[in-house]
Amino acid sequence: MITVFFFFPVVAALFMSFTDFDIYGLSDIGFVRFIGLSNYADLLNDPLFWTALKNTFYFVLVGGPLSIAVSLGAALLINSRLVRFKSFFRLMYFVPVVATLVSVAVVWRYIYHPRFGLLNFALDKIGIEPIDWLGDPVWAMPAIILLAVWKNFGFNMIIFIAGLQNIPEELYEAARIDGANAVSQFKSITLPMLAPTMLFVGIITMIGYFQLFAEPYVMTQGGPVNSTLSIVLYMYQEGFRWWNMGYSASLAFVLFLIIFIGTLIQLRVQKRGYEG
Amino acid sequence: MEAVKLRLVSTGLLFSLMLILNGGCAKDGDVTTVRFWVMGAEGEVVEQLIPIFEEEYPHIRVRIQKIPWTAAHEKLLTAYASNSTPDICQLGNTWIPEFEMLNALEALDSRVDESTIIDADDFFEGVWQTNIIDDRLYGIPWYVDTRVLFYRKDIFEKAGFSKPPETWQELYELSQNIKSLAGDTERYAILLPTNEWTPPVIFGLQAGSNLLRDSGTFGDFSSEEFREAFGYYAQYFYEGLAPVGVTQVTNIYQGITEGFFTMYITGPWNVGEFRRRLPGHMQDKWATAPLPGPDENYPGVSIAGGASLVVFNESDKKDEAWKLIEFFSRPEIQLKFNQLSGNLPPRLSTWEISDLKDDPHIRAFYQQLDHVVPLPQVPEWEQIAMKIQQYAEIVSMRRMTVAEALAALDDEVDRILDKRRWILSRSD
Repeated sequence: MITVFFFFPVVAALFMSFTDFDIYGLSDIGFVRFIGLSNYADLLNDPLFWTALKNTFYFVLVGGPLSIAVSLGAALLINSRLVRFKSFFRLMYFVPVVATLVSVAVVWRYIYHPRFGLLNFALDKIGIEPIDWLGDPVWAMPAIILLAVWKNFGFNMIIFIAGLQNIPEELYEAARIDGANAVSQFKSITLPMLAPTMLFVGIITMIGYFQLFAEPYVMTQGGPVNSTLSIVLYMYQEGFRWWNMGYSASLAFVLFLIIFIGTLIQLRVQKRGYEG
Repeated sequence: MEAVKLRLVSTGLLFSLMLILNGGCAKDGDVTTVRFWVMGAEGEVVEQLIPIFEEEYPHIRVRIQKIPWTAAHEKLLTAYASNSTPDICQLGNTWIPEFEMLNALEALDSRVDESTIIDADDFFEGVWQTNIIDDRLYGIPWYVDTRVLFYRKDIFEKAGFSKPPETWQELYELSQNIKSLAGDTERYAILLPTNEWTPPVIFGLQAGSNLLRDSGTFGDFSSEEFREAFGYYAQYFYEGLAPVGVTQVTNIYQGITEGFFTMYITGPWNVGEFRRRLPGHMQDKWATAPLPGPDENYPGVSIAGGASLVVFNESDKKDEAWKLIEFFSRPEIQLKFNQLSGNLPPRLSTWEISDLKDDPHIRAFYQQLDHVVPLPQVPEWEQIAMKIQQYAEIVSMRRMTVAEALAALDDEVDRILDKRRWILSRSD
C-alpha cells in the first residue's frame, strides 16, 4: 500500500520534474521532452520563484515564531490557577482551528476592508490612517500572517497545555521556597521542561507554515503584485492552472529540500539547546 | 506537498464515487441526464430557461453546474485531465484554440450541415470565425461580447462634457476635470481594475499593436505601439485618475452610485446588472458609449469576445447535448436569454425580431461590434493574458517603469511560447 500510494507518486513526480510535461504533453505524449535539470535551472532565473520563496520565508520566519509565542502565552494563561472557566476558554481558542478557512476568510476580508472594515474603524478611533490591508503590497503579508496566527494558534496551545500539565508541581514549589519569582520560574523550569514539546511544535509549525496555500489562495490569489504568492500557491498555479506539470514538480522538490534542511537545522539547534 | 497530494487522492476517490452514483441514476427509466457547465452570471439565468427545454424534451434532464469565471479555466483543464469533462459547456472563444489543441472538443460541422435551426450565415461573421480552427468548427456562438464605456451622464455634464469622449486626449482631459471636481474627497474618474486584462489589451489593440509577432510565437509588447498604449494606461494610475489595487471597490454598482468612480470599461452583461442593481434615481443618470480611439477615427476598436457552446469529445450524450445547443440557438430563446442576462445575441435574426437596436444602452454595443478585432488565436493566450494583467498591476503600483515591465513581459511571454515554437518547427 505504502509503495503504491506514496513511493510511486513521489518517484513519478521526481521523474516528471526532469521533463517539460505540460498541456501539449497532455494532448500527445510525443510532445513531452526529457530536459534533465532545465526546470531547476529555469527556476533560478524565474523572478516569480524568488518572489514566492521570499514571501514564504517571510511568512515562516515571522508567522511561525509569532504563532508559537501566542500559543504558549495562551497555554500559560489557561493553565494558570488564577483563571476560571478553563475549559470554556480552551474551547473558544480552539474554535478557529476547526472553522472552515473559506468561511473564516470571507469574514476576515470584511474586517480588512479599506473603507468599511472593522480593523480600520478601530485604528481610526485611535487616530491611525486607514490601511488597505489586502490591497497594499506592504501590508498584505502581515494581514495574512495575522489571520493565520489567529486561525492556528489553538492547535499548538492544546499541545502546550498537555506539556505544561506534565511538569511536576513540586519543581515550582521548590523554586518558590528558594525565592524564585515568576519570570525566573518560567525561564528555569517551564521552558527547559517544555523543550521536547517545543521541538515538536517548532518542527510541525515550520512544516505547516512552509506549505502556506489556502490563506492567500482564498484571500488574495497571491496578489497584490504577488506579495502573498507562496511557493505552494505558485506550484498550484503552474501545475493546475496552466498545467505546466514538469515545472510544478520541480518546485515541489525544491520546497521538499527546503523543509528537509529546515527540519535538520531545528533538530540540531534545539537538541543542543536542552542537552547543553 | 503532503496536503496537496492527499487532497488529490481524496478528490479522485470522490470523483469515482460520483461517477458510480451518476451511472446509477443517469438512465433512470428513459431519462438521460446531460451535464452542462455554465460560468459566471449566465449560470443563474440558464436555470430559468432549462424548464422550457425539459418540457419540450421530457426524456432529457439537464444538470447545471455553475462555475465562477476566476476558477473556470483550471476546473476545465483538471476535468479534462481526469476524464470528467461535462457533456456540454460554455467556453470563452479565446479558450477554443487551447481545448481544440487538446483534442477535447467535438467538431460540429456535419451537425450544423444537417441542422434546420442553425444557419452559419445568420451569425455575426467575425464571431463565427473565432470558433473555426483549421477549417473545422468547434463551437456555436452563444452570445457576443465586446467592451464599451459605461459612464455617469450627470457627472460628465458637471465636468463640462455634453457627449462622451471620442479620442484618448478627450478621455484624459475629461478624467482630469472629474478629478478636480471631487476636490479633497477620494474620488476617481475611471475604474481600470488590475484584475482584468482587457483594459491594457484594448488600449494596445487600439494603438495598432498585434500583441504577438511571427505567427504568435513571440511577444511583441516592447513595440512602439504597445509601449505608447501601456504608457497612456499607466498615466491614469500615476495621476490618481484610476484607483490603484482591486480591494478599494468591492462592489462596482455601489461604487458608481456613490460617484467613487465615473467611468468603467465593461461588457454587455453589465447593462442588465446596472438596471437591476443601481437604485431607481440612478437609472436615468448612466449611459454607454463606444470606446474613444487614439486618433480622430471614432470609435476606437474593442475586442471581439463572446462565448460559445461546445460539446466535449468524451461525452456519450452528444446527441442530447446538440439538442440543447440547437435550443439555445433559436432566435426566440436567444431573445429570452438576452432579456434575462443582457448578453447580446450572436444571430442577426434575433436582432431583427427584437427592439435591441433602439435600446439606448445597447446601441453603443451595436456600433462597437462593427469595430472589433480578434485576439491572438494561440492556446497559450489565457496564460499570456494573465501575464499582461500581472505586469499592468506591477506598473500601476510603480514597482517597475513601463519600459522595464514590457521588457520583462516579453521575456516571460517568449518563455511561455517556447514549446509552441518547438512544436511548430517540428511540424514544418
